[in-house]
Amino acid sequence: MKRLYVFLALLLTILLILPLFLDKYVLGIFVMIFFFAYIGQSWNILTGYTGHISLGHALYLGIGAYTSTYLAQTYGLSPWIGMFIGGGLAVIISMFLGFLGFRFGLRGVYFVILTIAFAEITRLLVSHIEALGSFSGIFLDFSPSFKNFQFRGNKAYYYISLCFMVLAVIVTRLIETSRIGRFMVAIREDEEAAESLGVNAFKYSMIALGISAFMTSLGGTFYANFIYYLHPNIMFGMNFSIELILRPIVGGMGTVLGPVLGSFILTPLSEISRVYFSKGGLEGLHLVLYGILTVLIVLFMRRGVLVYVQKLLNPILKLEDESK
Amino acid sequence: MNALETNALSKSFGGLKAVSDLDLSLGQGEILGLIGPNGAGKTTVFNCLSRFLPMDSGQTIFYGRDITDLKPHVVSQLGLARTFQIVRPFLTISVLENIMVGALVKEKSVKKAKAQSMSILELVGLEDVKDRPASELPLPRRKRLEMARALATKPKVLLLDEVMAGLNPTEVDELIVLLKKINRQGISIFLIEHVMRGVMALSNRVIVINYGVKIAEGPPDEVVKNKQVVEAYLGKEFLSAQG
Repeated sequence: MKRLYVFLALLLTILLILPLFLDKYVLGIFVMIFFFAYIGQSWNILTGYTGHISLGHALYLGIGAYTSTYLAQTYGLSPWIGMFIGGGLAVIISMFLGFLGFRFGLRGVYFVILTIAFAEITRLLVSHIEALGSFSGIFLDFSPSFKNFQFRGNKAYYYISLCFMVLAVIVTRLIETSRIGRFMVAIREDEEAAESLGVNAFKYSMIALGISAFMTSLGGTFYANFIYYLHPNIMFGMNFSIELILRPIVGGMGTVLGPVLGSFILTPLSEISRVYFSKGGLEGLHLVLYGILTVLIVLFMRRGVLVYVQKLLNPILKLEDESK
Repeated sequence: MNALETNALSKSFGGLKAVSDLDLSLGQGEILGLIGPNGAGKTTVFNCLSRFLPMDSGQTIFYGRDITDLKPHVVSQLGLARTFQIVRPFLTISVLENIMVGALVKEKSVKKAKAQSMSILELVGLEDVKDRPASELPLPRRKRLEMARALATKPKVLLLDEVMAGLNPTEVDELIVLLKKINRQGISIFLIEHVMRGVMALSNRVIVINYGVKIAEGPPDEVVKNKQVVEAYLGKEFLSAQG
């Protein structure tokens, strides 16, 4: 394990000095890698660790993006503060969803439908609220400053998103080794057996959902201030909900590094193939390729790519104790 | 005061009366056996006691406290732990981590919970596989894990649902020794068992049910000679053939 930490510290150092050598476009790809790793990690805490499948996580992303942007445009509040108000709002709404889902024992596909319904209802609501831009969305005014969470070039975004990702990894690792994390995994593995041992499944499911919603929402604020444009169909849309779960699934659900690895694989692939195919006049083909790859990984590497990478790196990193 | 008792416990599934008006009591420190033919309603009794099934009527008292309407995890926290007939280990995590889940409910410190789980591992004899995922264990060892997990919750009463099924005679004998040891630590045991060798060796008292109704109760050696019990297991023809 010690070698793993050295290895990760080394990787982080490389990522920290990398912007010195990269142009704006490549930096932008890295921002998306970190962003999707972060969002995937947030989702992973609920679905990967606790086992409640959410297909509506765009809901929290949208809440974060819209709340901080609305507060900034209307009251001039810095998105750095608005971000946490959005996070609070996301937690409140997630608690309502969680109460309906967990209290009344919605499991499997029924819980999934609930998460989709919440995201879709919110999408339609926002689409009809004039103050939130309704169907035409919101354009963010570009006035770069730290207070406004807006920056020229991609360097600042690079470091902020890297920071988000690293924090999410640390938080997940802390949860995983904590009492709460062990209860979450027990609930995922067998909720009734966990209950029989005295684990309050409702309580710990709610905690997992709350943490997950809060973190996802912070990512929404970042995304809004990176893209400068919000539209309900994008921010609350099904596409985004699916997009953000692919990386943890491919990388390895219920692991600390899976979502990060998944994002390093899928994000550049989706970006590069998109540009490549649209140059050749084949817009949209990248999604087909992307879909095929995801299906292949899910079929042949069911537990995610991380397991295989671990096996590969085991001789160097000594992840498993030799004595066993 | 009894450790556990029920008054007129009844439970139906549709038109089928799985358990009707069952009274039973488990004294502190006692080992009580619950036997009966397949489908007699034994597991239903356990499911009602541990609150995994709501009972239609009746009452469950645990150390003088009415637990009839409590949630399963609350019942477990009070000290009434159970195992499942079809074992339900947390498959992807290690044996040690499985047990730690139980220990962590009452012990907030992960470090201390780990130490407690280690001593339970030694007690049940799983220390050699402590870091293996539970999915790699064969059935007899999974049954031990199931018990170890329940023990980790520091129960006052242990409900064991057929922990001896599928074990060979040597394994049964080992388990008898282990259960006696656990019982000597002051934990009352209520067990459902088909393996008569185990029931006879362990139980201070045995309750026999058939079609959800109690048909006999008493010391194990008396109960197995009871006419109604033999009839329930082997049928009337057997009795008349015996004369």
